[in-house]
Amino acid sequence: MDLSFGPEYEEFRQTVRSFIAEHGEKSPRNAALRSPEALQWQKMLIENGYTARTIPKEYGGYGGTPNMLHSRIIAEEFADARLNPGLGGQGISMLVPTLLEVGTQAQKEQFIKPTINGEMIWCQGYSEPGAGSDLASLTTSAVLDGDEWIINGQKIWTSTAQLADWIFCLVRTEPDAPKHRGISFLLFEMSTPGIEVRPLIDMTGAANFNEVFFTDVRVPKQQIVAQRGEGWAVANAVLSHERDSLGNPNATLLRLNALIELMKTETVGGNRLIDHPVYRDRLMQLQGRVMAMRFNDLRILSSRLNKDQDARLARMIVKLQGTELRHDLEGMAIDIMGEVGLSYEDNPYTRSGGSWQNQYMYFLGLIIGGGTSQIQKNIISERGLDLPREPKIEKSA
Amino acid sequence: MQFGLSEEQVLLQDNVNRFLDDHASLNAVRDYAAGGEDAALWQGLTELGVSGLLISEDAGGVAMNALDAAIVAEALGYHAAPGPFLGSAVMAPTALQLADPTNTLLAELASGTTRIGIAFNEAIGRRAGAAVEVSGGNINGKSLFAFDSEADAYLVADAHQHLYLISANAPGLSRTHLTTIDKTRRTVELTYTNAQATLVSNNPSVFFQTLDIGRIMLAADTLGAAQNMLDQAVAYAKQREQFNRPIGSFQAVKHMCAEMAAQLEPCRAMVWFAAHATNELPDEARLTACHTKAHLSEVGKFVAKTATEVHGGMGFTDLLGLHYWFKRCGSNRQWLGSPELTREEAAAIQGLI
Ligand SMILES: Cc1cc2nc3c(=O)[nH]c(=O)nc-3n(C[C@H](O)[C@H](O)[C@H](O)COP(=O)(O)OP(=O)(O)OC[C@H]3O[C@@H](n4cnc5c(N)ncnc54)[C@H](O)[C@@H]3O)c2cc1C
Repeated sequence: MDLSFGPEYEEFRQTVRSFIAEHGEKSPRNAALRSPEALQWQKMLIENGYTARTIPKEYGGYGGTPNMLHSRIIAEEFADARLNPGLGGQGISMLVPTLLEVGTQAQKEQFIKPTINGEMIWCQGYSEPGAGSDLASLTTSAVLDGDEWIINGQKIWTSTAQLADWIFCLVRTEPDAPKHRGISFLLFEMSTPGIEVRPLIDMTGAANFNEVFFTDVRVPKQQIVAQRGEGWAVANAVLSHERDSLGNPNATLLRLNALIELMKTETVGGNRLIDHPVYRDRLMQLQGRVMAMRFNDLRILSSRLNKDQDARLARMIVKLQGTELRHDLEGMAIDIMGEVGLSYEDNPYTRSGGSWQNQYMYFLGLIIGGGTSQIQKNIISERGLDLPREPKIEKSA
Repeated sequence: MQFGLSEEQVLLQDNVNRFLDDHASLNAVRDYAAGGEDAALWQGLTELGVSGLLISEDAGGVAMNALDAAIVAEALGYHAAPGPFLGSAVMAPTALQLADPTNTLLAELASGTTRIGIAFNEAIGRRAGAAVEVSGGNINGKSLFAFDSEADAYLVADAHQHLYLISANAPGLSRTHLTTIDKTRRTVELTYTNAQATLVSNNPSVFFQTLDIGRIMLAADTLGAAQNMLDQAVAYAKQREQFNRPIGSFQAVKHMCAEMAAQLEPCRAMVWFAAHATNELPDEARLTACHTKAHLSEVGKFVAKTATEVHGGMGFTDLLGLHYWFKRCGSNRQWLGSPELTREEAAAIQGLI
């Protein structure tokens, strides 16, 4: 057991801290995608190696050698200072790692740099009305016609499609192959003729996701990632990047601390909420759960550094536990504020900019998106505990 | 950076588990529950170094740390094994060593010739009828649910967080067995009438460090007990068939198992961290010990119930013996502070009260 990162890392931490002390002020708050503040901040972070750190220079990254502890220190220090850690989004967090793994040279050159700079925004076209949890049953088709794919079908729940320049999309290219082997992974521009985006308003009141319709959309043949029929494997690689980024325990800790502050300032019947024994006990229960997930996360980090350490199950439960915990935490803030907790939008009693209600709903979305909690339990029981698989029922003809 | 068990610790874990597989089988547990003795088992563990785990080499121990002790506690919980580990190998040596490292009792504890039990409840959650009053070296009153029944002496805590040692043979001490639901460990009532007590420490920090390490051991015991119940549930779900399929292929059953694993897995890291903090991170030690005890109690309760349900009627029988672990989780939950009390303490430690 050794929790220290070592002196050379403490030195690195100091470097990060001096950067933050010098430039932290420029960190944009809630900056819109593509806003000049966001793009400038992103540029400065990349130049200094605080985001896109391990992406090779030739693709616009910082070109650092992968070092988990450096990345961890940067994440910790930025979170502590409440600084914007750089751009996220599905292009950066999912597509870029995938292209680095399986993209062609030309694809890497074309897409990675503008994506990490924040100039090329992506959406993820996986789910369809008939293919949600059972994603492999998707039916959007792509047929090769000379040098072009012709795409027809519909996607749904496509986050940020209304803003995206490009889409990474799963389509069926081999209708006669078994369902997992007939899928391909295509990249194309959202401005291509034949694409229609219809916003869907979600429970927060915003239209963050969309329906996307494809009618004879023509896409150059080479805009496929990996080979025909390999899309399912590529998509799974992407999903594992996605799940790794959900339920981050350091973000949860920040919210827990915000909840403690809230309980020290809000009152009911003239008494601080923190002085209410029932509320306090609920807070302590949450703090215990947050602690357990933080230590679980340390164990996962350690298993990545020490290859003989097995943390497979510890990793497998993170999406399920992390998103449910966060939803409970946000929900508790609403509970203890009573009617005040219901305040939203322009209501003058709204606390913390409405973030408790917003995050409460947002994390319910994350419980569902990216593989629902039930699907996570299927995965944990079948792959983690080796319980028998579901009996397969073939679609009747 | 390495957050996990070292090679030596994995070896220790394997050794203790192998020994307990042989000597603390379900049958052995049943024998003990029916009134048998734990002396031979404790002797065997002593030979493995367990009794002297936390005792300095000068005093004949092996000078390992709280994480090593937690590994042993987990293995004991996994086997629902009887024995005086919590008091004799963990809490008593911790207190005695902090108070006076030259105390000759330490050597006797290390060699397993003396067993020291613990009577802490009156300092944590005193119940009606119990009280410990010490004046002029004499102790009066009553400690409830002291552990264990065979101890040669007891480490007694009073409301001022002072610790005293009292010999089990002291005139004025009477000891009555208190039957509880958990038959894998025996607790007693100690009644004191002007019995002679020796002050071990009047420093609250000694009391709290002793309490914290005890709580971590109970959490580790629950980790082991709950892991065993989960393992049994998963094995049963693969083998038991209904409606012409293994019940483990029904999603209701699968999700019960997944939920148990999802809650239990982070507990492992939590116990490791809490034990590590005891030795290395004094600022975090108290808070993590309280939370670890409380959180493991909650998860243990959930796993105990759910794993029993996975077994259907068989889970409810004595035949399978699953109930020994169920009750072990249940008593770990109450010992040394129930979850509500330890969480209240956690809040106080942070200045939230
Ligand atoms: C906020 C948000 C953002 C999203 N963003 C995107 C995006 O950008 N791109 C994209 O492609 N998709 C996106 N999604 C879609 C998301 O991935 C799907 O909603 C999710 O996979 C579930 O599919 P579904 O909605 O069709 O629900 P269904 O699959 O119909 O599930 C309905 C219910 O049935 C349960 N269920 C289904 N199958 C099983 C099973 N085998 N065992 C047990 N229970 C089962 C589910 O758990 C759920 O409770 C987003 C979703 C949300 C909520």
